[in-house]
Amino acid sequence: MLHVSGLIRRFGGLLAVNEVDLAIRPGELLSVIGPNGAGKTTLFNLISGLDRPDAGRVVFEGRDITGLPPERLAGIGLARTFQHGRVFANLSVMDNVLIGGHTRLSAARPSLPGLGALAELLLALLRPASVRAEEAALRDEICDILALFGDRLLPRLDHPAHSLSYANRRRVEIARALAVRPRLLLLDEPTAGMNETETAEIQDIIAMLKARGQTILLIEHKLGMVMSLSDRVIVMDGGRTIAEGPPEQVRHDPAVIEAYLGHSATGDAAPVIEDAA
Amino acid sequence: MTWSTWLDYTVNGLVIGNIYALLAVGLALIFGVANLINFAHGSIYTVGAYVGWVCITQLHWPLAATVPAVLLASAVLGVGIERLALRPLHNASRIAPLLATIGISLVLDQITQLVFTPNPRALPSPLPDWRFQIGGGSVGTLDLLILAVGLGTAGALYSFLRFTKMGWAVRATAQDSDAAKQMGVDVNRVNMAVFAIASALGGLSGMLVGMYYNNIDPGMSFDATLKGVVAQIIGGMGNVPGAIAGSLLLGLIESYGIALFGTSYRNLFAFVLLIAILIWRPNGLFASARDLPPEPMTGSFLARGKPVRIPPRALIAIGALAALLPFAGSDYVLQTATNALLYGLLALSLTLVAGTVGMVSLGHAGLLAIGAYASALLAIELAIPVVVAIVLAGIVTAVIGTLLVFPAFRMRGHYVSIATLAIGQIVALVILNWNGLTRGPIGISGIPPLSIGNLPLYDAPQAYWFVLVVVVALALLQARILSSHLGRTWRALRDDDIAARSHGVALDRYKAMAFAFGGFGAGIGGAVTAHLYSYINHETFNAQISVLALTIAILGGLGNISGALLGSALLIGLPELFRGLAEYRMLIYGVALLLLIRLRPQGLLGTA
Repeated sequence: MLHVSGLIRRFGGLLAVNEVDLAIRPGELLSVIGPNGAGKTTLFNLISGLDRPDAGRVVFEGRDITGLPPERLAGIGLARTFQHGRVFANLSVMDNVLIGGHTRLSAARPSLPGLGALAELLLALLRPASVRAEEAALRDEICDILALFGDRLLPRLDHPAHSLSYANRRRVEIARALAVRPRLLLLDEPTAGMNETETAEIQDIIAMLKARGQTILLIEHKLGMVMSLSDRVIVMDGGRTIAEGPPEQVRHDPAVIEAYLGHSATGDAAPVIEDAA
Repeated sequence: MTWSTWLDYTVNGLVIGNIYALLAVGLALIFGVANLINFAHGSIYTVGAYVGWVCITQLHWPLAATVPAVLLASAVLGVGIERLALRPLHNASRIAPLLATIGISLVLDQITQLVFTPNPRALPSPLPDWRFQIGGGSVGTLDLLILAVGLGTAGALYSFLRFTKMGWAVRATAQDSDAAKQMGVDVNRVNMAVFAIASALGGLSGMLVGMYYNNIDPGMSFDATLKGVVAQIIGGMGNVPGAIAGSLLLGLIESYGIALFGTSYRNLFAFVLLIAILIWRPNGLFASARDLPPEPMTGSFLARGKPVRIPPRALIAIGALAALLPFAGSDYVLQTATNALLYGLLALSLTLVAGTVGMVSLGHAGLLAIGAYASALLAIELAIPVVVAIVLAGIVTAVIGTLLVFPAFRMRGHYVSIATLAIGQIVALVILNWNGLTRGPIGISGIPPLSIGNLPLYDAPQAYWFVLVVVVALALLQARILSSHLGRTWRALRDDDIAARSHGVALDRYKAMAFAFGGFGAGIGGAVTAHLYSYINHETFNAQISVLALTIAILGGLGNISGALLGSALLIGLPELFRGLAEYRMLIYGVALLLLIRLRPQGLLGTA
């Protein structure tokens, strides 16, 4: 489904991503792990169009998407969440998630070459029945997506996102990405900063998505979660892939253990490996 | 051009460049430590010029006493600004201090004008009038003084930043003020020191310019701020050596430009250069283009809080009362109300662009100018009926305005404000210089009055009703659009453009749609104004109007439609009704802006 080959990104003298290859099959859950600064988020940014690689290719469902702007990728079925959480602070929960459905609006966003924007403006003013029906259907669908999170978000539909708890903002982000109806979902540390109960909840949701056949590329530090969810794991360190394979195999790979222990004096990787053991 | 005139223009360019450098270095220092483009810098420069004028022409002090007096007075003023107006905004949104410095500049300029009258004054140079022949050209004593001051300050600044403890503290604060604070640097003292140094240099620059042209007036501050900002951006924001190099480059380009094309093109070079730099080298000429920007300057000026909900019935009642005003008010009241409504149109447009979409535009009056000229020329040259001309002018403004601002769509925070300010100035300068189309400095007179079909609307009530209908119609259209998917899409772009783009929102397309709609409304506002005034020129819609429109939009609550109309009623209507206040108008606007940013950033009705 997604094929990344020879991806390179330099920041000044630093090789943040150095000749990374990865492939993900439909329905698979592939995790990318590695110490802080290993280049995981940079890799995500390169795949999702927020940054351009200096070399290498990203191919999604047979189509070369290297260097395409991010707004084109949602339309072809790629959605992501962000490491530190990026919700629209002044938008309500409902509006936040509705943005996820933006690319699927077709009645409100007619594809007229050249005059599409003008037509969209006029339709927003006139609001014919087709546009209203589409909006109503999207809202219903969003409520279904929000129901995945139990009663965490549904009672807060009209609350502005800045008033939500941190965990709820992360949930809004996941819901917003799901509203894209992505064929590939990229999750960048979805449980960062969450406590154990909240982490378990997100883990259940991801497991459920996987069971529904959702293809997922996951960055995560909590190895317990990675080991139980992943079909395959890629380990990055210093911009390179140092190991790849099923969770059990990767876990006992000496290179992986060394990468983590080598960083343990400075990073926060040490507690994570204890957590896994 | 002969060799000697070329040399003269070069000397002139270097002298002017040195003067810009004194301004730009201060702006760069302030930007470095406070992350702020100080729009009050030009006002300090003007104050410096007037302090020099008092010392030299009134007190008959020698230059050796005048220079310290100017330095001291300007430094004290700068410290006062930092302490009283900017430090309290430490935790406010990023653009808040910038808006505050605009308020300060309005206040300072108006005070200067009240104290010294708006008339220009002569500021003769007390230096002996010797000229030295070099090659074919010549250099005067004042030229040499300015060059020496430029070199001297550059050297002094270098040693200050490099070798003194305070200088280290300044550089540390510029790199990371939180980390500097952790290390025991008193960031407040650093800010104060930087404002003192920057303001002292700014004031000195004002005095030297006054002597160089033997002319000062209270209106010179705006131009000075702009030139300093342009020079600084050429060199890279916050880059002190870059600011000096950028200033010399700007001085030379202007000087050669004048030599080749004439004086009225002078500022056009500066602003076109600014836009080009902002597009292609936003980190300045001396930074590598592929570097990431030093600071992610996201965030518009948007305070959190729920907008006040006015029940529709109350809005209808207010509309009905407004429609009945002609039966109660005099012609004077009606003219004032019409004027307030026209500002309301501009504020509606700006509240959409700056509030809903988050691009704090400082050049919005440029849209009025485009609409006004379009409608006036269509009605006069092509004899198109006035109502049709007004609608066409709206469309023309939507198209031209969107195309002009297009390069700024990818910019963030301060850069948007600077770019739109420059675009507004470019519009005015093109109008001034495009004689064939706009009749240049003469302006357009004899613009046909407002009329519907063959029925001219001469008296005040008719004009008032006409404008009221236009305002209500556009406000309703805007409210309807905001309730569609476009409203949330625009707000999403404003809150986080990266996240919005990652969910398929095409940034250029949606910003263009907002500017097209906003441009349409503002263009109609300008067009109606032209037909009401019957005479317009390139100065009718100046930068002060842009600032005023922004103040109105903030007063009402950014993004808030009823707020924009309420804001213009209060800010335009009220001062007019107290006639004695006319003289103090800009002072009132400046104080209003300062108080709002400090005390009620969400405006009267809340941001939406």
